[in-house]
Amino acid sequence: MKRYFDYYISMMRVSVMEQWQYPVANYFYMIGMLAEPVIYMVVWSAVANQEGGSVGGYTPGSLAAYYIVWTLVRQMNIAFTPYGWEWRIRQGRLSTSLLRPMHPLHEDVAFFAGWKVVMIILWIPLAILLSLIFKPDLHPTLLEGAVFFIAIWMAYLIRTITLSLLGMVTFWTTRVSALFELYFAAELILSGRLVPLSLMPEAVQTAAWFFPFRWAFGYPIEVLVGSMSVSDLLLGLGMQFAWVFFGSVIVSQIWKIAIGRFSAVGG
Amino acid sequence: MSSVISISKLAKHYQVPEREAGLIAAAKGLFKRTYKTVKAVDGISFNIQPGEVVGFLGPNGAGKTTTLKMLSGLLHPTSGELSVLGYEPAKRDHDYLRQITLVMGNRNQLSWDLPALDSFDLQRAIYSIPLDEFKHTRDEFIALLDLKDLVQKPVRNLSLGERMKMEIVGALLHKPKILFLDEPTLGLDVTMQKRIRSFVAEYNKRYGATVLLTSHYMADVEALCKRVIVIHHGRLLFDGDLSALVEKFSAFKTVGFTIDTPASDLSQYGDVVSVDGSRVTMRVPKEKTSAVTSRLLNELSVVDLTVESAPIEEVIESVFSVKRETLE
Repeated sequence: MKRYFDYYISMMRVSVMEQWQYPVANYFYMIGMLAEPVIYMVVWSAVANQEGGSVGGYTPGSLAAYYIVWTLVRQMNIAFTPYGWEWRIRQGRLSTSLLRPMHPLHEDVAFFAGWKVVMIILWIPLAILLSLIFKPDLHPTLLEGAVFFIAIWMAYLIRTITLSLLGMVTFWTTRVSALFELYFAAELILSGRLVPLSLMPEAVQTAAWFFPFRWAFGYPIEVLVGSMSVSDLLLGLGMQFAWVFFGSVIVSQIWKIAIGRFSAVGG
Repeated sequence: MSSVISISKLAKHYQVPEREAGLIAAAKGLFKRTYKTVKAVDGISFNIQPGEVVGFLGPNGAGKTTTLKMLSGLLHPTSGELSVLGYEPAKRDHDYLRQITLVMGNRNQLSWDLPALDSFDLQRAIYSIPLDEFKHTRDEFIALLDLKDLVQKPVRNLSLGERMKMEIVGALLHKPKILFLDEPTLGLDVTMQKRIRSFVAEYNKRYGATVLLTSHYMADVEALCKRVIVIHHGRLLFDGDLSALVEKFSAFKTVGFTIDTPASDLSQYGDVVSVDGSRVTMRVPKEKTSAVTSRLLNELSVVDLTVESAPIEEVIESVFSVKRETLE
């Protein structure tokens, strides 16, 4: 355990140092990512105003809160993508990772965890700016804050697991891009990314329970923005832990089969 | 002494899809694909003793890198037996991975944007190297490769040779018992090649490590390896001393001599390679060397004369040109 702790700290440190090499580029990247939630926020606020001040229980203030928290959750659940799997196999980077006495997924998790430390620091001024412009209605309790802190890291792990599963398809076919587009479309609808899930039809809300997307995106936002009961908060955390646990088991089993097919192309 | 590397009838075959060129063939391929079996490694066997430095030679596509990848656990063999330090590499046991390293000419384990010192520290964490031991080894390697002024520069600002030296330090910080070196001097200038060669020799001497080296630079092989293993088309062509390889496959000797009076027809003695003033270099069939040198000394006014084996590059070239059937 001490060994893994030392590794995670060292890898996160390397990642933080790498990201600080390009702070301006990272800022532009983050500002570019703001376009999506700001558009959603403006559109839904207009709808709420037209509907007499709220839509599905969301006022312009609570929608602003939803989409500002959205920007943090989005940063938190950025993980190594299937495109990255293709790239690292072609470049021979996976071979380098496989030669180390450490599962390559630890490298992914630790690297992006360090990356997030930088991104959260960069995010704070942007969140303040968005709050000044859109005036969010956000009053979390201490318990909600604590659950949110755990939930965003669990969301990160869930998305890492699901994207790794997609990435491992690269061991069978190099055309992962099409599959990733399909995943992205499902995520957009079933996660709460496009719109809060409570504004979606009942069938979509029910379906969202059985997929990982909501637990990697919408749930952490709802924890902070909504008014969930303690039992709902804990149920959500339970679902996240279940996805992390079963997802890890599936990743580990598929990895064993996939690695036998590895042909170490590109080095 | 028991072998640290033991390979028996090792094979790696790939199924590669193939089809004719053109639209019709592409359409047919949607319904019925045909595959060809490529035998990258085809039943090779050898053993390597602890502390040996062995040259692993072959032309491009001979199966050298595939073999190294199987030895380091990156690839699963199709058939055959393979044991390194008593481990089955394909299982990629962490205790096994801590005792080996694979250095490839194109390998990139250092962070591009950071000084190499930061990547070295990451290697410490990956291999759980005690801090004192890590610092001692790191400083020792930095001194040996004369990297003191470079380790604080971002890797992206280093030259290819400097980067390669850093890669080698990073790959050896955990002091592996087995080194698989795949073209470690690829693309480097002569001085840098020499530096890396002497570092590998020093590492082998200090730590008793076993080294399996592939290189297209015969200077690497001559400087480091007493024994060579030659493969071609995935099959073993030769396994033995480098000197025995030269003896077996060198059909010619190089005879150089200086004459004080010009001779009219030198071709009667052998193939004239060059004439530089009074200095002549010629190639003579190995079995005729004694007779030819005797004639040269008797018939011409020779001031000095040398007889040398053919350059190793020529010998290797002749090995590759010989069909396998003729070697058995």
